[in-house]
Amino acid sequence: MSAGSAAAVRRDRALGEALFRYVLRLADTSLVLGQRLGEWVGHAPVLEEDLGLANLALDLIGQARLLLTYAGEIEGKGRDEDALAYLRDAPEFLNLTLAEQPNGDFAHTIVRQWLIDAWQLEIYSDLAGSSDERLAAIAAKALKETRYHHRFSSGWLARLGDGTAESRGRTQAALDSLWRFTAELFAADEVDERMAAAGIAAPLVPAAERWSARVAADLGAATLALPAPQAHPWYGKRGVHTEHLGHLLGEMQHLQRTYPGVRW
Amino acid sequence: MSGAAQSLGVEQQVWQLLAAVPDPEIPVVSIVDLGIVRYVRRDSVGRLHVGITPTYSGCPATAVIRSATRAALDAAGHADALLEEVLAPAWSSDWVTPAGHARLAAFGIAPPAAGPARCPRCGSAATERISEFGSTPCKAHYRCTECREPFDRFKCI
Repeated sequence: MSAGSAAAVRRDRALGEALFRYVLRLADTSLVLGQRLGEWVGHAPVLEEDLGLANLALDLIGQARLLLTYAGEIEGKGRDEDALAYLRDAPEFLNLTLAEQPNGDFAHTIVRQWLIDAWQLEIYSDLAGSSDERLAAIAAKALKETRYHHRFSSGWLARLGDGTAESRGRTQAALDSLWRFTAELFAADEVDERMAAAGIAAPLVPAAERWSARVAADLGAATLALPAPQAHPWYGKRGVHTEHLGHLLGEMQHLQRTYPGVRW
Repeated sequence: MSGAAQSLGVEQQVWQLLAAVPDPEIPVVSIVDLGIVRYVRRDSVGRLHVGITPTYSGCPATAVIRSATRAALDAAGHADALLEEVLAPAWSSDWVTPAGHARLAAFGIAPPAAGPARCPRCGSAATERISEFGSTPCKAHYRCTECREPFDRFKCI
């Protein structure tokens, strides 16, 4: 954290709480998506993609560790990355609802990945210029990895969408079923507004426009149709999740919950 | 003047020491070859500071590199040296040194150079990418269409 924003957070308790929640949203989205991708290990269609998905998961979990560590420091209650990852329940997780959606088939996983990669590209490129030096450093690092992820996911999107009738049908179906969860990506609430006002994060409207343009271009290359906007009753950013998250956490947290404090 | 010369000497010794710490996943290259060691310097009270940076956020080798660096410093009598993890600026494959490029190529891994990947076995530039990802976070998977051998290429980021 920069000296300036550290001092501001100490002075302003509400700002500190908002920053904690903001960093958790980023961290939890990466962690939950990384855990989902890990479910593919040993099950992907071919070995190369098995390795590819595992590598994406590694990067995402690495980003989550940096962010969770920082969140714990902002909170100042002695919780480290492990306490935050393994000992919170679903309503305390603030990831995007999209990230927790089940893997489905390979097309489903690719569409989910591509939508979040495109979102992270915009969020991280803005955060790389944040007044919060710690977040700026994490974002600049994550951005390089995210560019690589997007190349992978948009490449697969084009091959599947512009592929056989079967791959095309499955990819369009995945897009149509996941699209409703994108309403949340750039829906600013009081946390986002406070971050923007403090110069920590950029306003979400320009990022949303860039995201939409990129998504439209990628869909064009994949010859897929953009779905119509859909109503969205979930708000993972606020801890309101689909039931899928509970099952994911049940598996991810099982060991620490059963044997608290266990170590290798 | 002799004090300044001496302190320069210690820093150079530490660089040499760290140049012998291998990367745990690609042991033919050292952590200096990969650009992981960012600085070795002494502060105003003479305490040694060593800065290292992770390559990829999720690289499982990061913790091993940290402990191997610590062990190398301790074994050489620098137990009081401060080992600092640096995040910014973010690591880039551009930081892999020329010596690192040569060692990677000799080991059969195409180094992270701009332009088409060259086959590390036959030298041909007639190569194709099989996958964006390989056996470690820092590598992608390629194939030479000349000699037909598959090979790893260090990712450019």
